[in-house]
Amino acid sequence: MKFVLNGASTEVNAHPMARLLDVLREECGLTGTKEGCGEGECGACTVLVDGEPVCSCLIPVTQVESADVVTIEGLGDDHPLQHLFMNEVGAQCGICTPGMIMAAIALGPTPTLDDVKTALAGNLCRCTGYSAIYRAVLKWRGIPDATASAVP
Amino acid sequence: MRTAISELEVRSAASLGEALTILRDDQRTPIAGATDLYVALNFGTLEPRRFLDIWPVNELREISMKGATLSIGALATYTSLIRSPFVASRLPMLVEASRQVGGPQIQNRGTLGGNVANASPAGDSLPVLAAVDAVVVLRSADAERRVPITKFYTGYRATVMRSNELIVAIEVPPVEGRQWFRKVGTRAAQAISKIVVAGVRAEVPRIAFGSVAPTVVRVPETERSLAAGATIEEAAQVLSREITPIDDLRSTAEYRMRVATNLLRRFWIETG
Repeated sequence: MKFVLNGASTEVNAHPMARLLDVLREECGLTGTKEGCGEGECGACTVLVDGEPVCSCLIPVTQVESADVVTIEGLGDDHPLQHLFMNEVGAQCGICTPGMIMAAIALGPTPTLDDVKTALAGNLCRCTGYSAIYRAVLKWRGIPDATASAVP
Repeated sequence: MRTAISELEVRSAASLGEALTILRDDQRTPIAGATDLYVALNFGTLEPRRFLDIWPVNELREISMKGATLSIGALATYTSLIRSPFVASRLPMLVEASRQVGGPQIQNRGTLGGNVANASPAGDSLPVLAAVDAVVVLRSADAERRVPITKFYTGYRATVMRSNELIVAIEVPPVEGRQWFRKVGTRAAQAISKIVVAGVRAEVPRIAFGSVAPTVVRVPETERSLAAGATIEEAAQVLSREITPIDDLRSTAEYRMRVATNLLRRFWIETG
């Protein structure tokens, strides 16, 4: 079956009921997408399907036939949000980071702190206490330093 | 993954007609947004190994007005319910309920038809649908029938659906009166409800609870007592005799009973 992966047409031979997560990691060799809980609770495996964040651990690969899939690798290594996660120390152990970034990337312009919290409500982080993550996302979206840095 | 993928088998349907033909000839379990599929397989609570993927059936995604009736296609996701102007104007408490399902990732895949078919007593949308007397539209290759949501469930995780049928839509008649929804879980997002309630404040109020019985339930005696002019404390007494919450891994019967009666009071105060 075929789908578009990080902008390039891709064909995989996976079992149609294989999880998208496993196909990305095992067959496509894209190990940036992490498995956390494996049941849709933690968001570590978040990727975009047709522009919307989804848990790749829940999706049978047959359901992305012809769809547009973007993983953390699709952002390249130099995306401003990646730098902000580093600079604000929004990444500590790093397991949640790719999923956090893929959930945040779908946010519209000039979000409020509440918008950011809602967009990331499906992503769990056990290290940072979230504030550093919210700061990174707010700064990426052009919220002035003073406002973003005031996030407690 | 605890489940061997090689045991699983799936066919995909591109259209409703094709899906119904497959179900007529072959026993398969439909899957839509699949948000519970691997969870249930890995927990050992899902027996079937042969599936019918209906996610590609775009004709089941439509949310529209049919006269005065709001018709929601079975594959409408929570995200599309949140974004729909028809749902916002006709059934705003369904928008509220949809926002409280999982997180955005689940809202992007989970469907209203899936929530109904899944038949969990904790399904977040179900009290909303029960409180407004929504109708489940079922179709097989040969026939279509309409079942009120309050008659759809026959017991814990059991429904009147036949194996050759699909839910194609949920129909919501016009709703008079103020709508109210509240979910109580461990945290705001990503929590399965301990208790969930939806109400419509009208001359005869309509109130439905989830997670207090084997299925979603209306509470007709409580509704009648309020309509007859009982005080809210009297009605809370009626409610406590009418529902049968249980202890389970998410909460206790005692806690649920106390919260249910408190939610009834809150509904009455906030919609008064």
